[in-house]
Amino acid sequence: MNTTDINKIEELEALRVERQHHAEINTFGLWIYLMSDLIMFSILFATFVVLGKNVAGGATPQELFHLPFIFTETMFLLLSSVTFGLSMVAMNNQNKKAVLIGLIATGLFGLGFLVMELYEFYELAASGNTPDKSGFLTAFFTLVGTHGAHVFFGLIWLISMIIQVAKKGFSDKVRSRLVRLSIFWHFLDVVWVGVFTFVYLMSMI
Amino acid sequence: MNHSHQENENMGAGNITKRNYLIGFILATVLTIISFGFVVFKDSLPRNTIVILLSAAALLQMFVHLYYFLHLNKSSEQRWNLIAFLFTLVLMFIFIGGTIWVMYTLNIRMM
Repeated sequence: MNTTDINKIEELEALRVERQHHAEINTFGLWIYLMSDLIMFSILFATFVVLGKNVAGGATPQELFHLPFIFTETMFLLLSSVTFGLSMVAMNNQNKKAVLIGLIATGLFGLGFLVMELYEFYELAASGNTPDKSGFLTAFFTLVGTHGAHVFFGLIWLISMIIQVAKKGFSDKVRSRLVRLSIFWHFLDVVWVGVFTFVYLMSMI
Repeated sequence: MNHSHQENENMGAGNITKRNYLIGFILATVLTIISFGFVVFKDSLPRNTIVILLSAAALLQMFVHLYYFLHLNKSSEQRWNLIAFLFTLVLMFIFIGGTIWVMYTLNIRMM
């Protein structure tokens, strides 16, 4: 190996370290956004805790919520988080097919979750339990709806990443974007743990 | 060499292994079933006990998600994420705790 080769290797190594550093800064930026999102959610949770018992003579949570339905929703979102994780493992092994299968599975579980949530909202509204009926329903629709909106935009982001992986493969940019979407997606599941415990389960005991 | 390469190339995602995700999935599922179980058998325990147990299960499950899915730990790569998160927890404690405290006291005074 002559000096030119060694210089070239050093140059490539420096470039790789710089790219890695850049990706880490981007990931930290997403993390800061998620932290501010968490503060917004904590305000919505606090609002629900305060207003959750004010049913204004309308339907109570015990009459409106169904345990098996919420459990299925929860498992859908949890499974979508796990399939995303497995797809990140496949990405590190450079297995494109496994990554795509994992991402599509994540999308289907996420879509299942969102469809169930919209069905629940539709059922509530159809039986006259709209957000304007009571403080409880206002706080419920705002909190759960905000979480659902995050899942919706996450799904759009996911579709865009599926296309990017399929077309561009694992370029540095695509991989670092996929890492950030995975963090966003896992974060939504953390918030959902709060939602099913403090909104649904706590209202039913 | 291979190990350090793997660690440096993960774009700030932390330690990713299949084992971590499967452990996280099993723990999260068990905790979810326990939480729903408390509500199914709510008549056999006092209400306050269930509230405390449900809160504990939720906090534990959030921790499982953060550790096994988001790979939040004390490693140098994750240090600033962890510091930002801890600061956010302080804010959340003030917002949620403060709101509940103020509104609960107000409720009592209005009676």
